[in-house]
Amino acid sequence: MITDRVNQIARRVPNWLVYILGISPAGWFLYLGLTGGLGAEPIKSLEHELGEFALKLLIAGLCITPLRKHLGVNLIKFRRAIGVLAFTYVFSHLLVWLVLDVQIVSQIWADILKRPYITVGMVGFVLMIPLVVTSNNLSVRKLGVRWRKLHKLTYGIAFVGALHFVMVAKGIQIEPISYMLVVIGLLALRVPKKTLPLQR
Amino acid sequence: MANRWKNVLNDADVTDHSVFLNRRQIMAGAAGLGLAAAIGGPRAALAQEVLEPNSFEDISSYNNFYEFGTGKDDPARNAGSLTTTPWTVTIDGLVDKPGEYDFADIMAKMTIEERIYRFRCVEAWSMVVPWNGFELKDMLDLAGVRSSAKYVAFETLYRPEEMPGQKTAVLQWPYVEGLRLDEAMHPLTIMATGIYGKDIPNQNGAPLRLVVPWKYGFKSIKSVVKITLTDKEPPTSWNIANAREYGFFSNVNPEVDHKRWSQATERKIGGGLFAKRVPTSMLNGYEEEVASLYAGMDMTKNF
Repeated sequence: MITDRVNQIARRVPNWLVYILGISPAGWFLYLGLTGGLGAEPIKSLEHELGEFALKLLIAGLCITPLRKHLGVNLIKFRRAIGVLAFTYVFSHLLVWLVLDVQIVSQIWADILKRPYITVGMVGFVLMIPLVVTSNNLSVRKLGVRWRKLHKLTYGIAFVGALHFVMVAKGIQIEPISYMLVVIGLLALRVPKKTLPLQR
Repeated sequence: MANRWKNVLNDADVTDHSVFLNRRQIMAGAAGLGLAAAIGGPRAALAQEVLEPNSFEDISSYNNFYEFGTGKDDPARNAGSLTTTPWTVTIDGLVDKPGEYDFADIMAKMTIEERIYRFRCVEAWSMVVPWNGFELKDMLDLAGVRSSAKYVAFETLYRPEEMPGQKTAVLQWPYVEGLRLDEAMHPLTIMATGIYGKDIPNQNGAPLRLVVPWKYGFKSIKSVVKITLTDKEPPTSWNIANAREYGFFSNVNPEVDHKRWSQATERKIGGGLFAKRVPTSMLNGYEEEVASLYAGMDMTKNF
């Protein structure tokens, strides 16, 4: 069947390839930014592209479990790579904001405290730190059950990321709201069945 | 007219079109070698000391015109479909001669002049634009403003079949804006019909748009089809969408922050990936000309 084929192919794809493919858009965006390919105002464009790609990776990460549970497609071996890549993009997005966009140190801290959408974005970034630090085999072994609990933070991070996008938009815009709906949908798939008594 | 405005910025402040194109070619050639950031050419460096370059290409490719989409490049991509001839502007309300004024007839009666203005977007970026146009006052005089008029309301074209952005409810359509009468009659306030001596591109608000250089860009309503003189403060689109963030006046003011970002600094478009922020000037540098309009007013409350 088609799921078997997908699983077969997935088994043969090495993780390093996922890392290389995953990081290449960042290099491409940077190249475009340096060569005029991101339009008249490349700083905001680069910031936006990196942030949006981070959100896509977070969503991809959230798809792994439902794909296995509902369709039998097993991509779990890529989950760590996707998570680490998502962090890399969020971090680059933050760096572009700090270094290229805001530039002024005093204003950075004021913005983090004063502007809710930046506060929300920073919360998302900070929540990702313990996850990236524990994204290695040793941590998984040492933390055991606690590792799984800790990494449930991903749910909150994806939500916070989408919220940050919705809040930054001027006016009600379709794109950020679509991301938010997808995230909410993927989180809803995780609500345990027993809390929906009618389905029993 | 005694009180006509004179340009302070001159041609030296605008990057020459051909210089800009040249520079683009140099940069495109260098890009393959990864040297783009290092090369600008001596003339480009000189121009940067005077003011950040703003080319026709930048002005016509980086736009907020939500009628054609919310992305900065959407208007340039989607505005080609807009029909601008024939075009009429309805002038009504508290005027002596209300009616539909044909754009060609208006143009025949106006004297077109060049106005090189700073343009500051509420999103904290800015440009310098060499507009061609006429003073709004001259056009309003065609209709004869009555003494009871206190405000001017403006309306953009509503034509969803040509303006795809109007199919979504990002804002209430049609886009509306407004000025106090003294702001509208101020000699700095113009209706622009061209840029760089060419017809104004559709994405910049063809065939005629308001330009109020001391206010945030969204006040300078594009593709105007209706102007109404009234005695009440008219509703304005961004204020309807979010009154907390966008006031009726929306004067450029580095001391009054937007609710979600600082207005103390701005980034000039055209500076590339490493463009520095520069301080924003009170009333966008037109304090001397227009501060008297707001004498005694609390600019923090009346933002």
